[in-house]
Amino acid sequence: MLKKTFAAAAAAVLALTLAACGSDDKAAETPATTPTTAAATAPATDAETTAGGTDAAPTDAPPANVGTLPETDMSILKDAVIGFAQVGSESGWRSANTDDIKAAAEANGVKLQFTSAEGDQAKQIASIKTFITQDVDVIAFSPVVETGWDAVLEEAKAAGIPVILTDRGVTADPSLYKTFLGSDFIVEGEKAGTWAQTEFADATEVNYVVLEGTTGSAPANDRATGWDNILGAETKFKKLASQTGDFTRDGGKKVMEGFLAKYPNINLVYAHNDDMGLGAIEAIEAAGKVPGKDIKIVTVDAVKAGMQALADGKINFIVECSPLLGNQLFQAAAAVLNNQEIPARVLTIEGSFDQEQAKAALPDRKY
Amino acid sequence: MKHVLSNRLIWPALVLVALLLANLAFNHSFFNIRLQNGNLFGPLVDILRNAAPVVLVALGMTLVIATRGIDLSVGAVAAISGSWASMHIISSGDPSSVRVVLTAVGVALLMALVAGAWNGFLVSVLGIQPIVATLVLMTAGRGLAQIITSEKILYPDNSPAYKLIGGGYLLAVPFSILLAGIIFGLTAILTRRTALGTLIEAVGVNPEASRLAGIRSRSIIWIVYLFAGLLAGLAGLMLTSNSTSADPNSIGLFIELDAILAVVIGGTSLAGGRFSLAGTLIGAFIIEAMNTFVIQAISARATDVFKACVVIAVMILQSPQARAMVTGAFRGRKRAVVVPAGSVVSPGSAAISAPAPATPDTADGHTAATSDSILTKSSGTTS
Repeated sequence: MLKKTFAAAAAAVLALTLAACGSDDKAAETPATTPTTAAATAPATDAETTAGGTDAAPTDAPPANVGTLPETDMSILKDAVIGFAQVGSESGWRSANTDDIKAAAEANGVKLQFTSAEGDQAKQIASIKTFITQDVDVIAFSPVVETGWDAVLEEAKAAGIPVILTDRGVTADPSLYKTFLGSDFIVEGEKAGTWAQTEFADATEVNYVVLEGTTGSAPANDRATGWDNILGAETKFKKLASQTGDFTRDGGKKVMEGFLAKYPNINLVYAHNDDMGLGAIEAIEAAGKVPGKDIKIVTVDAVKAGMQALADGKINFIVECSPLLGNQLFQAAAAVLNNQEIPARVLTIEGSFDQEQAKAALPDRKY
Repeated sequence: MKHVLSNRLIWPALVLVALLLANLAFNHSFFNIRLQNGNLFGPLVDILRNAAPVVLVALGMTLVIATRGIDLSVGAVAAISGSWASMHIISSGDPSSVRVVLTAVGVALLMALVAGAWNGFLVSVLGIQPIVATLVLMTAGRGLAQIITSEKILYPDNSPAYKLIGGGYLLAVPFSILLAGIIFGLTAILTRRTALGTLIEAVGVNPEASRLAGIRSRSIIWIVYLFAGLLAGLAGLMLTSNSTSADPNSIGLFIELDAILAVVIGGTSLAGGRFSLAGTLIGAFIIEAMNTFVIQAISARATDVFKACVVIAVMILQSPQARAMVTGAFRGRKRAVVVPAGSVVSPGSAAISAPAPATPDTADGHTAATSDSILTKSSGTTS
């Protein structure tokens, strides 16, 4: 409980120093103006756990920039040297991300120079500098934090080496890198909201609770915004409560226990990631109710344990937040090396799963 | 003696009843317990189950505090044992095997005992102040837990045997409640039906004097830290089993404070030399009942503020000085007669630990003075 207080206090400090983000309601009214959200994410990048911290760069992402990668000749990658500086190995999501990039590099015959910064920006800058002196063909990295990249990116540009960002954005001048490849958390929230809209199309009243991610983190802010974009105007959807479960199973369980004690009539739980959803399942079962039936659950991520629960019928719907962006990364690299123009923002190819799809996808799930 | 004991427990018991009634006011089905699929469910069952780990840790803490010590490392010990057991179950490749779970539990509890032995060694053999000695493991323990889990959160899924400890049912009752109940019973028998309890209190009053009287105070102190370590380890298993997740940073985080709180609410003196296991039990229930009440009535974010309010309320109710003041105010002029009774105790101890005065088994004035001065020293750090 003290932990929650600290989280709340930290959030309060954040809110003060950053001249305050709007409340949930305000965010719902003005989904387009997200610069405050972006600012708030900067100091919190490392706090995200499961989601792997994909800062969806709402800073400079007018829809026009978002696009898909062009068809390109992948054979140029044969024996190309690509340096990849990873954040670290903080979660299962991140390990899956690393494995996928390594596998995709091998499939394309790329000579991959892989380094891991273990969450340390200085270390990551040092690896990028090494890549520059080695004169690699392309540099790709998943930045530890959003700020402080200008100098090293200028250096890469001067050396004529193209840079691709994966999974997390930076605040540097967009001309310093070719593209930013990663998920859009707002879209994820919208997918979850759309599912709820369809699922409860015939219901007259839906009482729901939200298990939020780490306060102030990009995935938490944007998944809430996306959800409210869809359901904010729906009067039959009543948000009983919304509280942070810190992206952990334990946190999700404790918060859900409180919700269950306070509200006897919950129909739906929206959890910002699978782990909190799994915690909610435990709390619902401990209260003698049936998760997936008495109380429906929708989550984001689609990690293996979540998919298992979905296949078992305890979760009703999962929106994917995929770490498997290796193929897209090397497609982007090939396009850059072929001197093709690529969009400044590319979204990870992601789907969503219902219970039947989960059963089918589960045996091949890598992470 | 019996009369005094019941008198001491009456205030915490009344607070507990008041809290339960307050809960009932907000949730009219609060006292409902239903049988579903052969198992008991209901808000009261939830409170008992959530209180179980705190009860365990607080029982160990009660005995440690009775020897005039304190154990800040219980949360970290819980993290070590919970992490190790989860790690073993996951890496065994066969989480559903009962044997794997028994090994995991056995080794985890052994590690907790080693941790307790370390604390006991520092305090009893090296004579380091308990608050400092246990602070070592409080910080180092979580680091150790992180090394065990390779800084990841572990999920001991698909292990019904492990799930039983903190989240399962036996004979319609949550297993954790049974476990905590049995351990409470055993502790009560061991300390109150044998001389052990009296020896612990004697050491708490004055270790040196009890040594001279023929009590092996060093062993007694060692035993209570071992016991506290073991129970903290068990609580760690219960917590990780309950949420099926072992996060080395959050298993049993601040549980030492809840435990100390339960002990103090229950009327055990931080000055040592006197303890009440039943009081500790009531204290742990008060904490859980209050958490439930605050979550229902106000907000989960406000629980800590209310915890503080209840502490103040219970301490004032237990304080002889405060009661004397109240009765004095009612009796008007007779107040002057009451004051000297309070002045026996040094002002420092009166401020911190309400039940400090009137240590019943105190040998003489000299010992009393020593215990008071030590209390004033350590209490500065606790508060």
